[in-house]
Amino acid sequence: MLAFIIRRVLQSALVLLIVGLTAFSMFRFVGDPVDNMLGQERTAQDIERLREQLGLDQSFPVQYYKFLSEAAQGNFGVSYRQGRPVAEILLERAPATLELAAVSGLLAIALGIAFGVFTAIRRNGFLANFIMSASLIGVSLPTFLIGILLIYVFSVELGWLPSFGRGETVQIGFWSTGLLTASGLKALILPSITLGLYQMTLIMRLVRSEMLEVLRQDYIRFARARGLRDRAINFRHALKNTMVPVITVIGLQVGAIIAFAIITETVFQWPGVGLLFINAVQFVDIPVMAAYLMLISVMFVGINLIVDILYFFIDPRLRVDRAGGH
Amino acid sequence: MSEPVLSIRGLSVEIPSRTGTVKPVDGVSYDIRAGEILGVVGESGAGKSMAGNAVIGLLTPPAHIAAGEIWLNGTRIDALQGEDMRRLRGKKIGMVFQDPLTSLNPLLSIGDQLSETMLTHLDISRNEARKRSIAALEEVGIPGAAERIDSYPHEFSGGMRQRVVIALALCAEPSLIIADEPTTALDVSVQAQIIALLKRLCRERGTAVMLITHDMGVIAEAADRVAVMYAGRLAELGNVRDVLTAPRHPYTQGLMASTPLASQGKARLHQIEGAMPRLNKVPEGCPFHPRCTFAQDKCRAAPSPQITDGAAACWFPIAAEKVS
Repeated sequence: MLAFIIRRVLQSALVLLIVGLTAFSMFRFVGDPVDNMLGQERTAQDIERLREQLGLDQSFPVQYYKFLSEAAQGNFGVSYRQGRPVAEILLERAPATLELAAVSGLLAIALGIAFGVFTAIRRNGFLANFIMSASLIGVSLPTFLIGILLIYVFSVELGWLPSFGRGETVQIGFWSTGLLTASGLKALILPSITLGLYQMTLIMRLVRSEMLEVLRQDYIRFARARGLRDRAINFRHALKNTMVPVITVIGLQVGAIIAFAIITETVFQWPGVGLLFINAVQFVDIPVMAAYLMLISVMFVGINLIVDILYFFIDPRLRVDRAGGH
Repeated sequence: MSEPVLSIRGLSVEIPSRTGTVKPVDGVSYDIRAGEILGVVGESGAGKSMAGNAVIGLLTPPAHIAAGEIWLNGTRIDALQGEDMRRLRGKKIGMVFQDPLTSLNPLLSIGDQLSETMLTHLDISRNEARKRSIAALEEVGIPGAAERIDSYPHEFSGGMRQRVVIALALCAEPSLIIADEPTTALDVSVQAQIIALLKRLCRERGTAVMLITHDMGVIAEAADRVAVMYAGRLAELGNVRDVLTAPRHPYTQGLMASTPLASQGKARLHQIEGAMPRLNKVPEGCPFHPRCTFAQDKCRAAPSPQITDGAAACWFPIAAEKVS
């Protein structure tokens, strides 16, 4: 198991290196930050001086190497636009995004699995068919449209929930949380539904189809022939087998939730890293963009690592180092 | 003679479909007594598994029992639904399936699966269930049962897995075991071991066994009595020795003649002309008459007689002297 984890960590590091290289090389084509920073009134010397100051006069490999060695020490440079260290800005913004992603991720996983199991067990029931039809909405509507619709209904028409922002936050150390105040929780509802709805319907449909497949297996038939209770068959025997493929997708989807928070954050003006990234793109703020992409890929890779380790606990066939194994 | 454990009377199973209702089991009657192995033999689609599934209440809808009675230890069970039927399964009726590789849940240890079954049916503690699980594994001949109880199914070979399946089917001490092709998926050498195991457990515990198979060799090896099925109906029912050595139904005779014997060397095997009818095209009269060399007008007109023990469902059964 330890050898497996070490191998996966090394693979993950390689993935990060490649992501970093790709991201970094792409930024060379998004535009010249110097243009934005100096405005209309500038001289050739100004441009030259700034390029030198930012290290933009050096060759690409040198720039990338510098970026990597600094990044490894947690230093992502200084934002061109705000003039503050990127790490500081990200740290400030990250709690908002992580809280939003966590809430909508939990919502998507819990409801997705529950609805998936329900629609699989009662596959001919009226309610199950209704949920399945309704889930098409979640799969087919784009995120921003769902957000705008929710704002229209619950903020504009009904006036129940705020349409933008995070509400009041409480500072705990460096972490600013909106989970402890009423207005913070209220502000969280619409964005987390918007962000999690697609993932929820995806997980639900996947759980349903996997579960229907598992329920056809011989060992379920044998479990029935042994007179086990329906609850034990559905939740102990069937659900566990269903989760093996579902967990892979859930892992990818949780990563996607963090990455796709960009759209939701833009719609709801949520002060997280996604909104930061959009602003950075508009301003060609390369250090911020690079740091953001690295952050997202670290999360993706980390989640996948967790998923791989989870497999060990669920599927005994993978525990190859067990005594008596093949 | 003692009261039969299982008694089936005129059992019919129907599957309604758009093109008309088919009857995979049609008016079948037989008994199994305690400690007795009844071999149910027939070609694929003859209705032998379907009858077994009807007994344990695991017919897949829309298949359902359309007529007849099933009695288990003097209680009628064919009309039981839901929870009542579930409590019988595993506790009163155990079932062994064909493929041991897919019969066990790959994610649960065999100890868990055994304990779970016992805890469902018996009023015992977890510790007791674990102790009994080890005993059950020992009984079916798993070496080192105490160490292997926490192993997972993939850590066992096919034959060992079938032993685990049998332990699972027997762990709540049911009075009837339905073994649906229990040896078909196994190597020949392992087959003999599994058959011997079933025979031993049946004898020691006085369990009644319904052994469903298409293998005449398995029948000859294991069964006390045999029920031959053809196109959903019982063709012949009787003592295994009588049926195998002096079959009275032309179909059984054809089956026996087409079973290879080592003593016959390379002689050409007999073949029954034609094929078993599809269930939606079972002919009028005796279902076997189009393939029967002895068929007469009566066979084409009147349905073959429904039979009880020691008889053949034939208007003109082969007399004992005709065979010898």
